[in-house]
Amino acid sequence: MSTSDPSQVAVPSREGVAALPATDSSRRRFLTQGASLAGTLAAASAAATASAQSVPPWMTVPGAPMRGYGTPSKFEAGVKRPFASGYASVSPATGSSRTPHQSLEGTITPNGLHFERHHNGVPDIDPGKHELLIHGMVNRPLVFNLAALSRYPMISRTHFIECAGNSGANARPKPVQGTAGALHGLASTSEWTGIPLALLLNEAGIAPDARWILAEGADSAAMSRSVPLSKAMDDAMVALYQNGERVRPEQGYPMRLLLPGWEGNMNVKWLRRIKVTDGPAHTKDETSKYSDLQPDGKARQFTFELGVKSLITFPSYGHKLDRRGWYELTGIAWSGAGRISKVEVSADGGTNWREAALQGPILSKSFTRFRLPWDWNGESALLQSRATDEKGNVQPTRQAFVSQYVVGMNYHNHYIQTWAIAADGSISNVFA
Amino acid sequence: MSLHNRVLAGLGVTALITACATAPDGSTRIVPTHGPNLGVPASAATLAAMDISIPPSGAGLPAGSGSVAQGQKVYGEKCQACHGSKGVGKPADRLVGGKGSLASGKPIRTVGSFWPYATTLFDYTRRAMPTTAPRSLSDEEVYAVTAYVLYLNGIVPESAVMSAQTLPQVQMPNRGGFIDYSRK
Repeated sequence: MSTSDPSQVAVPSREGVAALPATDSSRRRFLTQGASLAGTLAAASAAATASAQSVPPWMTVPGAPMRGYGTPSKFEAGVKRPFASGYASVSPATGSSRTPHQSLEGTITPNGLHFERHHNGVPDIDPGKHELLIHGMVNRPLVFNLAALSRYPMISRTHFIECAGNSGANARPKPVQGTAGALHGLASTSEWTGIPLALLLNEAGIAPDARWILAEGADSAAMSRSVPLSKAMDDAMVALYQNGERVRPEQGYPMRLLLPGWEGNMNVKWLRRIKVTDGPAHTKDETSKYSDLQPDGKARQFTFELGVKSLITFPSYGHKLDRRGWYELTGIAWSGAGRISKVEVSADGGTNWREAALQGPILSKSFTRFRLPWDWNGESALLQSRATDEKGNVQPTRQAFVSQYVVGMNYHNHYIQTWAIAADGSISNVFA
Repeated sequence: MSLHNRVLAGLGVTALITACATAPDGSTRIVPTHGPNLGVPASAATLAAMDISIPPSGAGLPAGSGSVAQGQKVYGEKCQACHGSKGVGKPADRLVGGKGSLASGKPIRTVGSFWPYATTLFDYTRRAMPTTAPRSLSDEEVYAVTAYVLYLNGIVPESAVMSAQTLPQVQMPNRGGFIDYSRK
């Protein structure tokens, strides 16, 4: 691989994995398109390592000095979030950017690549002047500043956040061509650290007939959502840290609400107010948006929990298989209901399935990485992954999912993604 | 604070974490149940300034009122550039029309055809609109432009005046169009 061409680095080929020892690979089950295991590992060993005899230039001069805050290699400059605004001419900061899953590994999303969804841009909040108000049906309305909250006992939890509009493009009648990130990048996973919301609500004292809370952000949309009190008292968190550092401005600095497993829009960023109430406020974003319209004209409202889902990230659109033989299929799976219990992979559009290996630790409401070796016979194939969670929920087919809603209903889409591999090794998004 | 101090002095710090569970991977899951109680009582002024949410009951709606005619003027000056003449939309969301389209296979979701509560229109306009200058409209202007958008949708008459008394009374056409999944 030439290091002078960053574009080759941005969408890496994985041919190098063919050099893994056969003893390691032979213990694992292979996925093939047909019944037989076509091809052998020996064929892959032809890839020779280019070993330069001369000393590389970076070994002949002192390297760069230390830096206060690190950044990725300049050769990784192509790994970034695609973004777009639906209101570019009037509100360019209303829109989203997407995690480039096709270029990432593991389960934790780098902070600079966590997806964004803003309803009127990222506010420039002075943490010394930001306060969280808890009021409404409480014994004592209370105000907390960041200095006070920083003294509370904290918990760290690794959870995904997924926008309800993720994968919405696949709700269209015809498949849109895009990378795994462009199509499914409104989902990311971080280790979040903060204060259990229940602790703060109990300090204010909840009235016996309270049933909901309203959470509101300090952005210029004052984004607000209603949340059942039961969720607020269960695993909700006021998050102050993301992957060890203060929550990034685009993720809600200095504090955001975290509702593990529930649609991203409810995880209110720049959290400034929680009002304890007896019912939902029916805000704009829980009525006119983020509700799921059925063919009969009725809309499902308050569909909070995100469905079980998986996605093959390699190979996927934008990658190219340049020879037949051994590849490691890999991807991510997650569920708003709990832990992933199984991921199956098909190379023939869902006729035959093979169980993939799940990489631990398998955490609740978090990305789980799956892997499966694949011996590509050089013929066209339809790659799919199907996840099952610990509650027994199974990722639906496209037909099963879209038939519940009007054509184009673009929320809460979690149906099985199909990547078509052509005989020339190119990959496209197809409906199967 | 006195209770907090007694807890610290009497039981020691470790007693503040009363719930621990062991996860399947063997790690300990810490669930703190007590904090330092550092919340400061909110003043009436703070509550009045920050509490801007309006539920369907209309509780919390401010004083003042606005008419359809006044709203037409506000709309022309502050809204039309994004939402189009008479709410036809583009470049921002369409606000008017689409009534009866939801089950047609080509649904058009607008304030008139889809939104279940008129209070939401007031709440959202006041907190977030216009997008280039949020919180710049007076309460009277928000009432007025709410009245105008409802009028454009044929929901209130041209003579309508919106206020804390009249707005919660407005019956939206799609009021019964939602299925509550919050307990599923």
